[in-house]
Amino acid sequence: MSTYWRTFKTAAWLGWEMDSNWTEPWLFVLYSVIKPVAGAFILVLMYIVFVAIGRPQGDTDAFSYMYVGNSFFIFVATVLFGTFQVIQSDREWYQTIRYIYISPISYYVYILGRAASKIAVAVFAVAITLLFGAMFLGVRLHLALADVPMFLVSTVLGLAVLLAIGICLGGISFLTAKHTHGLAEGIPGLFYVFCGVLFPLSILPSWGQAIGRAIPLTYWFEITRRLIAPTITVNTTLAGFDPLTILFFLIVSSVGFFALSVLIYKVGEYFARKAGKIDMTTSY
Amino acid sequence: MSYAVETRDLTRIFAGKKKRRRKAGEEVDESVGPVTALDNVSLKIEEGELFGMLGPNGAGKTTLIKILATLLLPTSGQALVAGHDVSKDPFPIRQVINMVSGGETSGYGLLTARENIIFGLWDKRNAKVRMLSTGQRQKMNMIRGFVTDPDILFLDEPTLGLDVNAARVIREYVTNWVRGQKGKTVLLTTHYMAEADQMCDRIAIIDKGKILACDTPENLKRMIRTETTFRLEVDAIRDLTTFSTMQGVKNFSHKDDIAKNRSFLTFILEDEGPVAEILSTITLQGKKVHSLQKSEPTLEDVFISMVGRGFE
Repeated sequence: MSTYWRTFKTAAWLGWEMDSNWTEPWLFVLYSVIKPVAGAFILVLMYIVFVAIGRPQGDTDAFSYMYVGNSFFIFVATVLFGTFQVIQSDREWYQTIRYIYISPISYYVYILGRAASKIAVAVFAVAITLLFGAMFLGVRLHLALADVPMFLVSTVLGLAVLLAIGICLGGISFLTAKHTHGLAEGIPGLFYVFCGVLFPLSILPSWGQAIGRAIPLTYWFEITRRLIAPTITVNTTLAGFDPLTILFFLIVSSVGFFALSVLIYKVGEYFARKAGKIDMTTSY
Repeated sequence: MSYAVETRDLTRIFAGKKKRRRKAGEEVDESVGPVTALDNVSLKIEEGELFGMLGPNGAGKTTLIKILATLLLPTSGQALVAGHDVSKDPFPIRQVINMVSGGETSGYGLLTARENIIFGLWDKRNAKVRMLSTGQRQKMNMIRGFVTDPDILFLDEPTLGLDVNAARVIREYVTNWVRGQKGKTVLLTTHYMAEADQMCDRIAIIDKGKILACDTPENLKRMIRTETTFRLEVDAIRDLTTFSTMQGVKNFSHKDDIAKNRSFLTFILEDEGPVAEILSTITLQGKKVHSLQKSEPTLEDVFISMVGRGFE
């Protein structure tokens, strides 16, 4: 256990250094604040376009729905991509994968550790985005003290699912180099469309709703909105489930996705070792 | 007896693949391979040994190290490291090994080199790796290999691209590391003959995936001591066909120095008889002989004697 913990800590430190050490600390802090705020302005622009197209009178519920969903999508984009690209960056960019891979650690735990730094960065960005929205854009947020434990549990589970999906993709990326960026951009794009980030599931066709319900992130976004923005009254098609049921779905899917991630990772690793692709460099 | 490293009929075949090449201004797909990188390699490396693998680029040295370091699976045969099978049981192997690949400028460029306190990098300890020179990064690469104090260290061309002094420091350090401690084993691959000769207890000569010979440097050289080695520096010479059919010439190799317009020829002769004929063949082509030297056999001569060509 101590080896796993030490691996996790060291990998998390390494990931943090790689994320933060590219410039002076004050510039990094400034960047960490400005980036999510700039992202919030993109949301405002998207909302203005929607309003211009459909509802000239505006819809504050729709804006809050969209804003909260997009804020939490920062986790998806950052953590998923951050987990997924550990293998790629160590292999292609830093060319350190062979040394880490043959060291007496669990490479799976190492990836989780590297991803932990992404979570830290994302937590800060999400918090800044939500704060900015509540203070300057009229987003109605209210997290009751009694809901804090459930909010924390659901956030941990949501992040666990993201890590698991990221490692699934990482297992695939052991075997491929050319298509990694496509996967890294495309998979979050699918989640963006089908998981109720920007618009509720109810406006998707039935097959789209079925896809959305099969992805655990849909439940994570739903429960998060219910807990931190309870006044939003948008029909999401998940109204029939109470928060505890949704939490149960998240727990089951977290366990399922982690089991799947171990399987896909092991299979990807085996075939990469067989084909000599563990430390391949393609200059992509 | 258990060995630090043991391979039995180890074979690695890389599947064929398509490569895109430019031909006559057009991109065309060409099929390459399959390539047999290792062909029934059987080796035994004892604990405490500094063992060298000597061979030209593409001989299979790196493939062997990758298999032993658990990065790559063999196609057939068996490889045991510290008594564990690389295919079935890689984790215990990783507890006792480390590896260094030469010629790399890899590393997390955003980290500092603080841990780099040997090989004269102390004054660079707070420098970010991206700020280090190629040689300094390679030294750091070496340090990484020793940090875990492995029992078995795989060094793949460790001095590639280093200046003379840096290479000497690394050779001395590796040699002292093995000699000064009990139970430390090094498998060194190199295509520098002198490096292998100077450092290794035993050397395996490998070419095209096959082990051609395996013995101490002295014994390898003794194998061709009955033969005579001559080295000539002549004006650049193009027609070499005569030499290969000349009676008494067991093997020969040549290197060209285009800038100086010179050719360097190495002949492995059964005796000194053909020397006169060689000289007259060269002068008949209108070429001048700048130097002629009879020398003690080197490992390169052993390689030429076995393969019929040099490393270049």
